Amino acid sequence: MGALIVARRELAGYFATPVAYVFIVIFLMMAGALTFTLGGFFARGQADLSPFFTFVPWLFLFLVPALTMRLWAEERRLGTIELLLTLPLPQWQAVVGKFLAAWAFCAIALLLTFPLVLTVNYLGEPDNGVIAAGYLGCLLVAGAFLAVGAAMSAMTKNQVVAFVLAVAVCFLFTVAGSPIINDFLSQRMPVLAEVARGLSITERFNSLVRGVIALRDVVFFGSFMGFFLFVNAVVIDHRKAD
Amino acid sequence: MPALIEIERLTKRFGDFTAVDDVSFSVDRGEVVGFLGPNGAGKSTTMKMLAGFVTPTAGTARICGKDVVDSPVAAKRSLGYLPEGAPTYPEMTVTGFLRFVASIRGYRGGEADERVEAAMQLTQLEGVQLQPIETLSKGFKRRVGLAQSLLHDPPVLVLDEPTDGLDPNQKHEVRQLIRRMAPQKAILISTHILEEVEAVCSRAIVIAGGKVLADSTPAGLVAPGRSLEQVFRDLTMPKDAA
Repeated sequence: MGALIVARRELAGYFATPVAYVFIVIFLMMAGALTFTLGGFFARGQADLSPFFTFVPWLFLFLVPALTMRLWAEERRLGTIELLLTLPLPQWQAVVGKFLAAWAFCAIALLLTFPLVLTVNYLGEPDNGVIAAGYLGCLLVAGAFLAVGAAMSAMTKNQVVAFVLAVAVCFLFTVAGSPIINDFLSQRMPVLAEVARGLSITERFNSLVRGVIALRDVVFFGSFMGFFLFVNAVVIDHRKAD
Repeated sequence: MPALIEIERLTKRFGDFTAVDDVSFSVDRGEVVGFLGPNGAGKSTTMKMLAGFVTPTAGTARICGKDVVDSPVAAKRSLGYLPEGAPTYPEMTVTGFLRFVASIRGYRGGEADERVEAAMQLTQLEGVQLQPIETLSKGFKRRVGLAQSLLHDPPVLVLDEPTDGLDPNQKHEVRQLIRRMAPQKAILISTHILEEVEAVCSRAIVIAGGKVLADSTPAGLVAPGRSLEQVFRDLTMPKDAA
């Protein structure tokens, strides 16, 4: 399968440059620091990882676009996009391959937070099923942000523009269901308030963190990623030679 | 039997600018066609359309009878393409890169190894096979690009400036390689170097302003008693400036 071959090459590429190490180290340091300080991991006196999970989407909001901004821009800068897209490989497989590599990379970063799971199991008796659901939520949020970031990277040659656009769009979907937006919209455009709640990444993530794995939430994340990957493929098809 | 490369009334417009204007020609097995023209004449754009990287505004291009727009993957399987500037992934080693291309082209295990070996032998890359491509000189990088295009022993080769950046000995090697492969393949090369056309090409197509100005054997172009350089200037210089 061509997408997997592309993904394997990409993933190896992350570890051939400082990108991977900087990303992982910063992610682990910040996740740890936030969990134990702002999250009040010890002070809460509860054996669960919700202080950690609360911060993960906010960390991803900035770190994931940093990962995706170079996804297509780098291929354009090196000219390798012309090589990749003239190999006998359907274009969508190149798009999916790049996405899968970035997603696998985020999964590795998440896996490396395992000392938190060990700690909480040492200190008390947490519900490990809930923790697993929380990790699934983190992975799905990462995937959603990656799909957005990859699509933004396809739209512009400029990495800074790609980063800013990706952060902005991800932020929009993160706060879509928040009380501020909700109150604002329900007073003026009640229909949109409903739509905004429906598109909120945070609400679905929160219910996963509580341990509820609902099919419709998983389907939501799946279609969200699918939609942005489709946008990515269309944009690449139209703008590959620009 | 139709020619291996068929181009019919191929046109590409970027906004108001017509880069390639109603170009038609075909290349048969056993032919080496030199694509000549000043910078910006439309050589690279024509080749990019042939490789399926740029979508034509009008007209058709076929490789081994497969339309590059309607069945891109099938057309690309029969094509070895060296893009302008010979782009490669700088962090990969020579073997790593060629293995990647081999696996995308569907070779597995021992067969993939053989293909990579053979391609490195043809382009004399064995000495640097484990070096990252970014550490190589310009001439080696170009040969890595060339190796990638020859790996699957394709019936059709489209090489955009294959000898650019090579020293005289390497140029000689590449020309010999092209001559050796010529009987089994249809080869289209673009070049600025007029002596190269006389050295390896059985036919020369002169293009300027997106239009084909001449299509004949190198000998046919220069007769009677004029140098190829003179002919090139007469054909491609604007009349009032000449």
